[in-house]
Amino acid sequence: MPARPAARRTTRPARPAPELSFGDLWTFDPAPETADPKLRQRYDLFIDGKFSAPVSGTYFPSINPANEKTLAQIALAASTDVDLAFAAATRAFPAWSRLHGSERGKYLYRIARLLQDRAREFAVAETLDGGKPIKESRDFDVPMAAAHFFYHAGWADKLEYAFPGARAWKPHGVVGQVIPWNFPLLMLAWKLAPALATGNTVVLKPAETTSITALKLAEILLEADLPPGVVNFVTGAGEVGAAVVNHPAAAKIAFTGSTEVGKKIMRASAGSGKKLTLELGGKAANIVFEDAPIDQAVEGVVNGIFFNQGHVCCAGSRLLVQEGVAEVVLAKLKNRIRVLRVGDPIDKNTDIGAINSREQLDKIRRLVNIGVKDGAELYQPPCKLPEKGFYFRPTILSGVQQSHRVAREEIFGPVLSILTFRTVEEAIEKANNTAYGLSAGVWTDKGSRILKMSTELKAGVVWANTYNRFDPASPFGGYKESGFGREGGRHGLADYVQLH
Amino acid sequence: MARLIITKTPKVYVGGAFIRSESGRTFPLKDSLGAFVGHVPQCTRKDLRNAVEAAARAGVGWARRTAFNRSQILYRLAEMMEARATELAETIMLGGTAAAAAKAEVSASVDRLIYYAGWADKFEQVLGNVNPVSGPYFNFTVTEPMGVIGLIAPHEAPLLALVSLFAPAIVSGNAVVALASEAQPYPAIILGEMLATSDLPGGVVNLLTGYRKELLPTFATHQHFRGIGGVANADERKLLQSGAAESIKRVKLTPAEDHFDWMADAAQSLYAIRDWLEFKTTWHPIGS
Repeated sequence: MPARPAARRTTRPARPAPELSFGDLWTFDPAPETADPKLRQRYDLFIDGKFSAPVSGTYFPSINPANEKTLAQIALAASTDVDLAFAAATRAFPAWSRLHGSERGKYLYRIARLLQDRAREFAVAETLDGGKPIKESRDFDVPMAAAHFFYHAGWADKLEYAFPGARAWKPHGVVGQVIPWNFPLLMLAWKLAPALATGNTVVLKPAETTSITALKLAEILLEADLPPGVVNFVTGAGEVGAAVVNHPAAAKIAFTGSTEVGKKIMRASAGSGKKLTLELGGKAANIVFEDAPIDQAVEGVVNGIFFNQGHVCCAGSRLLVQEGVAEVVLAKLKNRIRVLRVGDPIDKNTDIGAINSREQLDKIRRLVNIGVKDGAELYQPPCKLPEKGFYFRPTILSGVQQSHRVAREEIFGPVLSILTFRTVEEAIEKANNTAYGLSAGVWTDKGSRILKMSTELKAGVVWANTYNRFDPASPFGGYKESGFGREGGRHGLADYVQLH
Repeated sequence: MARLIITKTPKVYVGGAFIRSESGRTFPLKDSLGAFVGHVPQCTRKDLRNAVEAAARAGVGWARRTAFNRSQILYRLAEMMEARATELAETIMLGGTAAAAAKAEVSASVDRLIYYAGWADKFEQVLGNVNPVSGPYFNFTVTEPMGVIGLIAPHEAPLLALVSLFAPAIVSGNAVVALASEAQPYPAIILGEMLATSDLPGGVVNLLTGYRKELLPTFATHQHFRGIGGVANADERKLLQSGAAESIKRVKLTPAEDHFDWMADAAQSLYAIRDWLEFKTTWHPIGS
């Protein structure tokens, strides 16, 4: 067959696909989720199987960050209340830890089922209180929380298989737990389920801006007939958290939150003999290689940083993109975030909801300003933001250098810092050049490269051609200053028992 | 005419070399009857930092060795110790331990190495996991060594406790800087000679002699230690744990007041290996 004339062998120049950007041509009708969140006007402490008023009689408002309206009044615990909670948990421990594992498991199964029964109600409450889009609380937070209870329920009578060869294991006793505001119900499930399955009792403090779903879960614990004192919730801000972690009756502390507070807890508990697990901050690298399926990668990068407004400790906040595709990835990212819908979290079409609090919004603004001052190039889509409430546009900072603060500090908001690299070695070096080590993402078509990267990256979770996936069976937790201990899977159980 | 014997100058094994302290300081070592034995290096914070550097350099290659290779090297160390068992027992007897007990401690130390040597290519099979996630991912959790681990040996069981502390750390690929028994440092000095002839790469195990009071603050705060373990009293635990907070080190300390029985079965465990492991979970896509 004769060769075709060379002149005809033209390839089309690489040109980005035409944009489909309709701007404000059409507006969406509002599509609010209308399920009743069944909120109370006032939430008391949950101690010893009862809702009880705080000794001080003081309450603080929990507001909806989407419109700054007060949702409910939350009890402010004093140290006396924390004492009562620990006393109840201490009383409940002997019977609960001796209860046959299969029976403990049944309670956890009940909790999982009851949560599934009331899933939509919880999803709405979570969105109102925390500001996350309803599609996330409905499709991720609540079902995943239920799944965690269900998964751990089955472990409760099979723990001898979790610690093969251990001479003996026993629960710690009373566990003090402090959780953050980014996944209020899910973090609560991550903490409660393994603690209860292994026979511990719990005093837990939710974050002060997001206490409502914890106290709604207390209703479920009552419906499940969980013995009084096995789980106790004390609400309030940092002082209450400090009272929980410093309480002499706490045999173990489990904390999820910032690295700064994690260090404080570690210092405060030094010499106390308390066991400790910490799930702290991150500054994850999401690494896109030239051979990656680019559209899929762009979608994953967007999910990696804008999921839950970027209020995710494992968020892919540092995009490392190989030079050959840097331009096209950046162009596609800009296109993609132009069509993200920022606004009322309760609207079913919303992609990015409200920033959790004014303080957090201020922190994000401050760090983005520093990023621009340091020389990064800012891109934000021109979307309209609601007038009331705390919102921040999805933001891309390109041309970021390793030394920039936005490449080193956790912003905990919808802000993506973009760096480039040439070789695999450079990607590894840059990805690991951080005090954190919670998670990382790798986008490539090459399976062997995925395994090479996964081997070299100093991170507790590595996602390949995906990002921000979670599963009760999959251990989660950090290297280095992202903390220690694992949550989920067989590995998460070990942190809730004393092994010999 | 009686021949005057050649006495050995005590040196510590750091970075694959036998060194005196950079400071030139020593402290006199006497046996239980008060007779002079030698001048033991009184290692300084600078020596400790140098040892950490050596460990960090050696650790990378050590972690990349195959598990089977690490297994054989630990076994080789046991061979070296068995061959010089009598000499090792004598170093323990310096501290006043009776001959039979010293011999038993050496035997237990050799057996402990054999125990951990056998784990090198097996602990992953017990501690790692494939996780059944809901989605098209092959999700698996593997172990990794943490990096450089600092270990504080107790006063008692100067050989057995030291071996029981470092063996489960290095078997997975960690590198170690250990502070030998302050009261009975001599077994660690002689152990260094066996480490040097065991095929263990220099720098994987670094042994310092000196004063706890002087060195523990640096163990607590040195950023390159990823973990701190060993035996410590209440004040030392507080010091080590609060220092560890600055860089979120993993801390696993046995209270000195518990007088842990290093001869007991409980002194060797898979879970002592687990103490110095990180767990990494990978989500690998399944698809074409």
